[in-house]
Amino acid sequence: MSAALKDATAIVGIGQTPFAKNLVESERALACRAIIAALDDAGIAPAEVDGFASYTMEETDEVEVAKSIGAGDVTFFSKVGYGGGGSCATVAHLAAAVATGQATVGVAWRSRKRGSGKRPWTNTAVQLPTPGQWTRPFGLLRPADEIGMLARRYMHEFGATRDHLFNVALACRNRANQNPAAMMYERPLTREMYMTSRWISEPLCLFDNCLETDGALACVVVSAERARDCRRKPVYVHSAAQGLPAQHHGMVNYWNDDPLTGPSWATARHLWKNSDLTPEDVDVAQIYDAFTPLIPLSLEGYGFCGRGEGAAFTEGGALEIGGRLPINTGGGGLSEAYVHGFNLINEGVKQLRGDSTAQVPDAATCLVTAGEGVPTSALLLRS
Amino acid sequence: MTALPTEPARTVESATATTGDGLLLPVPDDDGAPFWEYARRGELRVQACAACGVLRFPPRPCCPHCQSFDSEWRRMSGRGRIWSYVFPHPPLLPAYAEQAPYNAIVVELLDAPRIRLVGNLVTSADAPLDSVDPSRLRIGAGVKVAFHAMADGVTVPRWLLERP
Repeated sequence: MSAALKDATAIVGIGQTPFAKNLVESERALACRAIIAALDDAGIAPAEVDGFASYTMEETDEVEVAKSIGAGDVTFFSKVGYGGGGSCATVAHLAAAVATGQATVGVAWRSRKRGSGKRPWTNTAVQLPTPGQWTRPFGLLRPADEIGMLARRYMHEFGATRDHLFNVALACRNRANQNPAAMMYERPLTREMYMTSRWISEPLCLFDNCLETDGALACVVVSAERARDCRRKPVYVHSAAQGLPAQHHGMVNYWNDDPLTGPSWATARHLWKNSDLTPEDVDVAQIYDAFTPLIPLSLEGYGFCGRGEGAAFTEGGALEIGGRLPINTGGGGLSEAYVHGFNLINEGVKQLRGDSTAQVPDAATCLVTAGEGVPTSALLLRS
Repeated sequence: MTALPTEPARTVESATATTGDGLLLPVPDDDGAPFWEYARRGELRVQACAACGVLRFPPRPCCPHCQSFDSEWRRMSGRGRIWSYVFPHPPLLPAYAEQAPYNAIVVELLDAPRIRLVGNLVTSADAPLDSVDPSRLRIGAGVKVAFHAMADGVTVPRWLLERP
C-alpha cells in the first residue's frame, strides 16, 4: 500500500469562504463557493471532477454539489465518520482513489453553519443509545465535558497544568492575529484573560474550547503526474492514515486499559510506517484543536515526545513560530475557524506553498491531524 | 450463569426520554438493558463472558477475547474510586443548567479497575447533582454505589463518598 500511495497524489487547489458567525448563504451555497474556488486555484474545470469525499456529518450531499458545480460523471464518492476525526481521511480516500484509478480529479470539502446553527449535543430527540445511556443521564452532555474528563486525569497523572493548556491557546491565537481571515484576527489573548475566563467544563475554560463558525473549505486532489501541469505548486500527499484502535470507545474512551493513549497513536504508527520521514523531519504541524488538551495528547501520539511529556513540550514557546514545532499557523480551530478541521488541511497546503500568513521559513514537510479522541486520520504533506 | 431477569427491561421508545424535570433518562439498547434492569432492583452488575470469564463494559454482543456470545451479569461490590471528574457549567440543557455547576465523575470499580462508570457524586441517593461541596472531589477518593429512581421504573447508580 505504501509504495502505491506515497507521493502518488498531490493537493493542487484550495478554496474557502469567509469565516464568521451568521453568514447569510446556505451551507449548500457555501460548499459550492469553496469547491469552485479550489478548482479555480488549481486551474481545473469543474466538468473534470469525478471524485468526491466529505464527512458523514456533512449535510450537503454529492448529488447536490455535483449538479450545482457542473461536475462530470462521478466515479468515486466517500463519506468518513466520527466528526472531526474524518477530516484528513477525506483527502486520504481521494488519494487512494486517484492512485488506483477510481477517479482522476477528486474534491474534498466541508461546509458547516455551526456558528449560527444548533449545538449538536442539545438534540435530545436523536440521543444515540450507545454510549449515551452510560453518560448523558449524568450530565456528561457535551464534547467539552467528555474531553474535560480525560484532561483532568491527564493533568493528575502527568503534572500538566492550566498554563500548559494556555500555551496551546496562546500559540493558536498569536497565529490568528497574523491571519486576516481568522475570526480572532483582531483579538489578542493574554494569560490574565485566560486564567479569569469562565469555566465551560472545569478544568476546561472558555479559551480551551474551539470557535463556533459558519464557513466552508475544499481542496482538489490529482495524480502527481497531473499535478505538474496545474496552476499552483503541488503539495504531495506523502503518507496518509486512519486509526480506530483496539478497544476504543469514541470520545468517551473511559473503558479500556489506557484511556489517555488515544487514536492518534494507532494512526501515527501507520502514518510513519508508510513514510520516509520521522517526527524530527516535520517543519510545521496543523494539529486538530477542538480543545486545548488534544494538542499534548496528539504530540505524544504522533511521536514528537514521550507519553506524558506533551504538556511539558509546550513550554518555552515550542509551539510558536521559531519554536520546536510551530502549530496551527492559521490559528486553528481555537482561533481561525472551527470547520471540523478542514482549515488545518488548507493551512498545511499554504505552508508548503510558502504563502501562509505566518510562514515557517522553508517549510517542506507538514503533519496535519484530524480529531484526537475519536476514530481519526492524519496526513503527511511535503512540497 | 445468572439468569436474566424474567421481566422485560423497560425500553423507552419516546423521543423525549426525560424526567418531568427534563433530566435525560438512560435509553437502553439490547445489550445494555440488563444493566438497567438490575439497577432497578438495586444491584450493580457488569457483563462478563460466560466462556472465558472476562468482564466487559459497555456491554456488547460477544466477547472480544474469545468471541463467545454467552454472557452473564456479575454482581459488583459497589465500591470504587474516583478516576476523574468535571464540573460542567452552562450552556447546558435547561434541567442540568439549573443545578450547574454540578459534578460528573468516572468511577473505577475496586472489583475490576478497568471497568469504569460515569456517574454523579451526591450526599445521598436522591440528593441534587450539586449536593457535594466541590472541594470534596479528589481523584482516588473512595466511593460506594447508591441507587436513585429518576422516574417510574428507571433507576441509575449514583455514588457516595466512603468517608463523607
